[in-house]
Amino acid sequence: MNLVIQIIIDALSVGSLYAMSALGIGLIFGIMRLMNFAHGEFIMIGAYSLLLTAAQWAPVRVLVSVMVVIAVALATERIAFRPVRRANPTTLLITSFAVSFFLQYLFVLLLGARPIGIDILPSLGEPFTVGAVRIPRLHVVTIGLTAVLLAAIALFLKRTHFGIEMRAAAINFRMARLLGVRANRVIAVAFALSGFLAAVISMLYVVQTGTLSPTMGLQLALFGFIATIIGGMGSLVGAVLGGMFVGAVSVLLQSTLPVELRPYRDAFVFAVVFFVILARPQGLFRGAEARERV
Amino acid sequence: MSGRSTALMRHFWPFLSLAVLLVVIVALGSLGSPIVQRVMTEALIRLVMVVGLYIFVGSSGILSFGHAAFMMLAAYGSGWLATPAKTKRVLMSDMPSFLGQAEIAPPFGVICGMAWAAFIALIVGYPLMRLSGIAAAIGTFSVLAIVYVVYSNWEAMTGGTSSMIGLPVYVDLWTALGCAIGAMAVAFLFQTSKLGLALRASREDEVAAKAIGVNVHLARLIAFVISAAIVGLGGIMQGHFLGTLNVFQFYLGITFLTIAMLVIGGAGSLAGAVLGTFVVSVAAELLRQIENGFEIAGLLIQAPPGLREVGLAFVMLAILIFRPHGLTAGRELPVPRLLRRAPG
Repeated sequence: MNLVIQIIIDALSVGSLYAMSALGIGLIFGIMRLMNFAHGEFIMIGAYSLLLTAAQWAPVRVLVSVMVVIAVALATERIAFRPVRRANPTTLLITSFAVSFFLQYLFVLLLGARPIGIDILPSLGEPFTVGAVRIPRLHVVTIGLTAVLLAAIALFLKRTHFGIEMRAAAINFRMARLLGVRANRVIAVAFALSGFLAAVISMLYVVQTGTLSPTMGLQLALFGFIATIIGGMGSLVGAVLGGMFVGAVSVLLQSTLPVELRPYRDAFVFAVVFFVILARPQGLFRGAEARERV
Repeated sequence: MSGRSTALMRHFWPFLSLAVLLVVIVALGSLGSPIVQRVMTEALIRLVMVVGLYIFVGSSGILSFGHAAFMMLAAYGSGWLATPAKTKRVLMSDMPSFLGQAEIAPPFGVICGMAWAAFIALIVGYPLMRLSGIAAAIGTFSVLAIVYVVYSNWEAMTGGTSSMIGLPVYVDLWTALGCAIGAMAVAFLFQTSKLGLALRASREDEVAAKAIGVNVHLARLIAFVISAAIVGLGGIMQGHFLGTLNVFQFYLGITFLTIAMLVIGGAGSLAGAVLGTFVVSVAAELLRQIENGFEIAGLLIQAPPGLREVGLAFVMLAILIFRPHGLTAGRELPVPRLLRRAPG
């Protein structure tokens, strides 16, 4: 029983990170069909910007990181993605790859490729003990924060002017523009939100791993990417559930695979992805109304 | 020139012109220093990979993130078979004995490696080719991830994350040129075949192509298998050029490099595949020279590590921003006036 609770909490915590990453990618994909590979670098930059505020009070550090990542996200949109906005999705994807490559090696250039150790909020590493179950505080914080943020974003999308514009643009970008939604503004808001989510993920991830490296965002972006697709392209709820699904699958495999097969865990995760995509190419959680028309 | 041979020339012009250009460039390069030759051989190996990728991506319009898997499968396949048994006894003692004792001539190793990649492509492609767009791209990526994870943990066969060494080195500038021209010929014959044209029709409009009786699934599958064999050849060449194989060579780096070369050149034409490879290779090499340092007036100027990649990404971004459809925008080299049909 204890083991089951432990696994559920692990799955939720890993899934939360993937879900937020997937949501950050999905927000942009929904509107402009851009699979933003540079999302991993947004996460990386969020973590590195902690170096700027070494001796400050923790909330200040988080705030600075969030601002930095939002600024970087908006800058990449303006400089790199706006000129290619009308190109096909493949060109957009390659552009995002070039941006990712550029930012990643910019940090190699500036700070070197070697990982840097960093210790923020070490108190989060200690576990809560409930009976025989030991739950790392970080897991609880991750799950709680994700829940709060997802609720806040849902409210933002449902209730605010910008949110309604974003949802309209995601359903039919051209129609939304004809009805007076400003393309540049709605895309900028999407990038800012995506950057905000990336910054939050980077904080949680750094507390967990304690290291910074130029490639640290890759894993999270990759799984976020996959979660967005198998969750249902363009569906934000789908992206979140897809993230949870991928997280749950990898945690479950980690705890149920025989020891000698554990190094191969990711191969099994991707085998699951492979079969899911074959069985439901339109995504796991996509509604019928989003079907592509001829 | 008789009418018939002019017509033939006109038909084969896109391939012949590129092949001749390539031979001229390589012939000039062969006069250069060993370093120039080495760089050129590397570029030709990339060209085989990009042309292989083009056979599928260019004609079907579906992006594949999985082709590095076929490079890996073919390269290790050939490596296992063609490496001398004596070397394997020492370096790969955990290998099953039938492979450990096998020792076949390099050309057969190439054929076996390519066939192995094509066979796996057939198996995974059969279900995958029903999909389109980004779903197909993620499906192919899962194939790459699975092969990568398995190969980087399969100590007995691949050396895991350390390298497999001792492969016979037989790829030089001229063999690489031969392979590249061969790959281009296959790509050209495919794209002008009935099947290739049908596949291009499905790229433009899948529903319309199906309506006129194109078996889109079959056409895609055949292109996928041929394409896997050709990128496999690229992987094999790399192994037998460097003499070592490492799983990192065949993961995200090469995946994105080859896709970027193709997209930058223009994914819709063979000329695009060749030009993209050429432009990116030249840019990368120039930046490498700067990174290694050069002397001006006795002063060694040396760039810090990372500058090459930053510069390369910058060049790629600039090309994409100014030419979103690639340098060739999907066109082949124009047929010269001499070969054109007389008006009227």
